[in-house]
Amino acid sequence: MTMRKGPALVLTALAIAVTAGPMLIGQAGALVDLRHRLAGPSLAHPLGTDEIGRDLLLRLLEGGRVSLLVGLVAALAAAGFGTAIGLVAGYRGGRIDALLMRITDGVIALPLLPLLIVLAALDPRKLGLQGLADSDAASLYRIIILVALVGWTTVARLVRGAALSLREREFVRAAVSLGASPLRIMLVHILPNLASPIIVATTLSVGDIILLESVLSFLGLGVAPPLASWGNMLTGAQETIALAPQLALYPGLLILLTVVSCNLLGDSLQQALDPRGARR
Amino acid sequence: MTRFVLARLVQMAAVLVVMSFVIYTLIGLMPGDPIDVMVASDPHLSTADAARLKALYGLDQPLARRYLAWGEAALRGDFGYSRLYQQPALAVLLPRLGNTAILMGTSFVLALGVALPLGIAASRNPGSAFDRAVNLIALGFISVPSFWLALMLIFVFAVALGLLPAGGIETVGDGGVADRARHLVLPVATLALASMGGYLRYMRAAMIDALAQDYIRTARAKGAGEARVLLGHALRNALIPVITVAALSFGSLFSGALVTETMFAYPGMGQLIYEAVLGSDYNLALAGLLLATAMTLVANLGADIAYAAADPRIAYR
Repeated sequence: MTMRKGPALVLTALAIAVTAGPMLIGQAGALVDLRHRLAGPSLAHPLGTDEIGRDLLLRLLEGGRVSLLVGLVAALAAAGFGTAIGLVAGYRGGRIDALLMRITDGVIALPLLPLLIVLAALDPRKLGLQGLADSDAASLYRIIILVALVGWTTVARLVRGAALSLREREFVRAAVSLGASPLRIMLVHILPNLASPIIVATTLSVGDIILLESVLSFLGLGVAPPLASWGNMLTGAQETIALAPQLALYPGLLILLTVVSCNLLGDSLQQALDPRGARR
Repeated sequence: MTRFVLARLVQMAAVLVVMSFVIYTLIGLMPGDPIDVMVASDPHLSTADAARLKALYGLDQPLARRYLAWGEAALRGDFGYSRLYQQPALAVLLPRLGNTAILMGTSFVLALGVALPLGIAASRNPGSAFDRAVNLIALGFISVPSFWLALMLIFVFAVALGLLPAGGIETVGDGGVADRARHLVLPVATLALASMGGYLRYMRAAMIDALAQDYIRTARAKGAGEARVLLGHALRNALIPVITVAALSFGSLFSGALVTETMFAYPGMGQLIYEAVLGSDYNLALAGLLLATAMTLVANLGADIAYAAADPRIAYR
């Protein structure tokens, strides 16, 4: 129990800080101030300023809000997708199972980052998604879709494993003999019993997804400036690292802290909910 | 076994064809097309010229026909010209392949060399202080963004201490083995550290599973020494899933190599693909992605074969 409290507390504190923080310290520090670039800590700027004079603390909080939001939304979307795949594979079994699991293994084994880079560079207009191309938050939607597209595999495998054993249970056979349709059995009888593997896998995948978002944003293909994310705050950090190493240090530490917390939380949830299969 | 390998090779070729079509289509969906890029960089080209060029290169044809034409040329080994390098795409790619292989191979061996012994040591007393420490470190390296790890290593070892070069593959005018090796230290360290945690956790879990088996008790009962129990009995069985995981990690290792190469300006395939996509070098991006995919598929096949070789219970038909 104690193992789970630490990471959960850290994540809650981070979530509160990035939501309430920017309101508390105000938006004054969001303005570009070229006379105070790369400044050290001061009363006005507790963590100093970035390469164009914006308040670093405010950027970190706003970037954190975007990173956490993208991580959470994409993880939920990926979990939904993965659950659907895992449920069908596990319950139907046979050829469908073999096919779906081969696809899952294939997605896991592929060099995903180069493929994601191509996907991120696509022109939404050529896909007929004019609205997506023009909206202000286009880069947000794009990164959520992209990351969800590859982040579903953990959930799919765990759900499939659990569904495979559940379908042999008496209550499922009872439902079959009463004439329930496969869809009804999957949604009403099996899905509710999958809550714990889904929760565990989603928690574990939030960490992976935040990492993926950060690297894509860092490479300039994820969350687009001026919107901050912990990943894209590091994009320019390599040039200024000799002058202002703190610009490179803080966003990375926050990503590390968040992802470690998600993984620790996922691990301990797994141990608590499924003591037998507790390993990854 | 031979039949199994043959069947898998056929399957692999099919997957590669499907992937080539997917990647071809995706590249086609990138902004602009090669002629637009040409027109944008040459003010003398008129709209009529552009249309004529598009017809010449077949860009006015439907997707399926263009793909078939590309596929036919690709089978002859012609992957088109790289726009950025003004050379055939394959001629740009192949030298990079060697650099990436050196980076990935060294990192892979180093990561396994550190992770496997640590995982085995940790599995002997699950829950001990040593085990918890090793686990936490492994989790830390799984959770660290690799590009940030690279940044920190550059800062400490290249900027602050000035011990190692911050990037590149050799010093201009030097290029001896020692110089190449010095340039490899930080990229290899980044990639090895970033991939180590996963191997360690798998090794530890597999060993804990194996050590709980009845045959271990039998081995102890007949008086086998601790080293023999651990390495002769438990490890042989525990290695099987680890081999699979390690070989299947090729794809993610390649993704890691892309990040590492980009961070250290190391002229490898990953960095080249990134550059090609950003620079709208369609032929180069396509050839690079396909080569990376093909390499991954071969590694996965290698995983299956190694799995069969390590576990005599598995009979492939």
